[in-house]
Amino acid sequence: MTVETTSLETGLALDLYRRMLLIRGFEDRVQSLFLRGEVYGTTHLYSGQEAVAVGFASVLREGDLVACTYRGHGHLLAMGTDPEGLLAELLGRETGVNGGRAGSMNVVDQEHGVLGCYGIVGGSIAAATGAALSLRGSGSVAVAYFGDGATNQAYFFECLNFAKVLALPVVFVCENNGYGEYTPFEAVTPGGIVPRAAAMELRTTQVDGMDVRAVRAAAAEVVDRVRGGDGPEFVEARTYRFVGHSRSDPGKYRPDGELDRWRERDPLSVAASLLRGDLGVADEEVQRVESEVEAELDRIETAALAAPFPQSVAIPEFNE
Amino acid sequence: MSELLEIGMPKLSDSMEEATVLAWLKQPGDRVKRGEPLVEVETDKATVVYEAEADGVLEELVVAEGETAQLGALIARLRVDEARARAAAPARPAAAAREDGGVELREAIRQALDEELERDERVIFFGEDVAIAGGVFAVTPGLQEKYGPSRVFDTPISELAMSGAAYGAAITGLRPVLEIMFGDFLALSMDMLINQATKYWFLSGGGRSCPLVIRSVVGAGGRFGAIHSQMPVSWLMGVTGLKLVAPATPADAKGLLKAAIRDENPVIFFEHKRLYSVKGDVDGEVVELGKANVVREGKDLTLVSAMKGVHDCLAAADELAGHGVEVEVIDLRTLRPLDTETVLGSLAKTNRVAVVEEGPLTGGWAGEVLALVMEHGLGDVDDAWRITTPNAPIPYSPPLEDAFLPGPERIVREVLQRR
Repeated sequence: MTVETTSLETGLALDLYRRMLLIRGFEDRVQSLFLRGEVYGTTHLYSGQEAVAVGFASVLREGDLVACTYRGHGHLLAMGTDPEGLLAELLGRETGVNGGRAGSMNVVDQEHGVLGCYGIVGGSIAAATGAALSLRGSGSVAVAYFGDGATNQAYFFECLNFAKVLALPVVFVCENNGYGEYTPFEAVTPGGIVPRAAAMELRTTQVDGMDVRAVRAAAAEVVDRVRGGDGPEFVEARTYRFVGHSRSDPGKYRPDGELDRWRERDPLSVAASLLRGDLGVADEEVQRVESEVEAELDRIETAALAAPFPQSVAIPEFNE
Repeated sequence: MSELLEIGMPKLSDSMEEATVLAWLKQPGDRVKRGEPLVEVETDKATVVYEAEADGVLEELVVAEGETAQLGALIARLRVDEARARAAAPARPAAAAREDGGVELREAIRQALDEELERDERVIFFGEDVAIAGGVFAVTPGLQEKYGPSRVFDTPISELAMSGAAYGAAITGLRPVLEIMFGDFLALSMDMLINQATKYWFLSGGGRSCPLVIRSVVGAGGRFGAIHSQMPVSWLMGVTGLKLVAPATPADAKGLLKAAIRDENPVIFFEHKRLYSVKGDVDGEVVELGKANVVREGKDLTLVSAMKGVHDCLAAADELAGHGVEVEVIDLRTLRPLDTETVLGSLAKTNRVAVVEEGPLTGGWAGEVLALVMEHGLGDVDDAWRITTPNAPIPYSPPLEDAFLPGPERIVREVLQRR
């Protein structure tokens, strides 16, 4: 597979924009539903990081598998998980992707190539590594998404090494959003992230995680090599979350002005500029996509809220 | 009176022919206890320490250090204490063993792996030093040669990555068997096992399974000290969705491992390091998980145990018969799910039950067995108690470790005291 690294075909660019809009709008609604008491426990929003999941998913194909973080709504939607089913899951409803058993942090959806979302920091790294054992020689790849914080977990060191030793077809994608929970990554990650992967002789790529075109281009090259059987690779996508770590975090630890500076590079604005600028897409066309997504989200929210709660857990302890 | 026991060069597997004595750990004239390390031998695959099969005095070394001998060839003679010989010989639950033959439990496990790798190409097997070296307990030699490095392979020393890899492979179509070298190291692999593998069936709504097996060497008595001798069953008893298998005989080891590999759920398969050299007949039969086995019938008392404890209970039962106590012995074989029915059936007959667990008193599976007895069979109970290890780490020094473990003598003593 070859992908033009500097330009993007208009139809595809509109699709990517639509998908990023869907994720942002979805997360906005989750936040609002949370405040209304309709989403329970805790939830971690992907707002600001959309270009990473959407850029990567755009180069994946049937048979590829991804493992997501507990900030996984974006990864799921990028892979094609039904947004109504996902929202219903967060609302604890019977029609949820996992029937209300999983909630925000633990969704499983292999029908769309998602191994799962992992509530333990770094768990996704191991899940993708193991899936890659199954994918050896198939031409398919496994992708692990994880945050900067996971690069301090044993998972990171053990699994990158394991995958390298066994030459597994897995792409390790670190979404460096600057903070491991409330702590700046620089304060707890001496030597930085890329050198850690490079030390284990993984080929490394750094990419602007706010620019879906750049992510897609980098992902295409990396995934293509890994499909070819050249062993695992590592990608650091520099990004930023526009919200706190979880619903209880207002993000006050961030220096004044930092959020505003990153918002200037909002992946939605970057993509919209690309559409209107380089690709010459008319304003009306961009706005049409935006209003279609809004209408879709309205429909989804209404339907999910109308769905019944499950009455019982009908899953026996063992699969006999 | 005493008799001479001929000690043969240990037979590690069908694929090897000879081995070299690296070091005799006892010299002629030395007193040895059953289970004490006796000789260190080396094959082209591995170095293995072999233990004495009985109490006695080492009479003669036939093969000197540095010399090579065919497997099975005479290498030493042990003068066995006759009074203790009967208790010392490996006990033989059910029809599982012959005194002088059959295959070792380690070989039974190798056969199960071999046959399942042969039967189902989705089965893969990996761990630390399991492939090229054939396992540090010489359980898995020859498998990589037969099935190739894509299905049988060595891994880095990374227990978390290993259990994660097994999990990820299991949810995507393979049936991985992972060896965690010592059960104590399971602590390093727990997150993937407990937080992920046992939840997949539930989270996916019964749509997807996680058919993985972790084999792990457990148990004390080998002088391995506090952190290579534990019985980690009680760490795992409370994990829903996880099966715990604990064989006592070669036949059960083979049949249960085959069942575990075919099972759709995550299974931990415990291998007691003191049982690897126990011999018995094996066949190809699959032994259903979750079914206990009444290995000796009696009417006065039920002893419930697993793994090495079963052998201790049988030795104790022999002794107790001389005191007029007819003991029924139940080998649980699977600790989760527990076969409550078999235990309650026996209790209804004997009205007295002791559970022998190699593991700390507090929080162990013996307590779970007694809880089930109380909940479902209270009217049948005249006495019920636990015989376990103390709530303390396992000591290294031989006399300390021997005193720490619940062996036949202690079982006999407690039974007679409570009669």
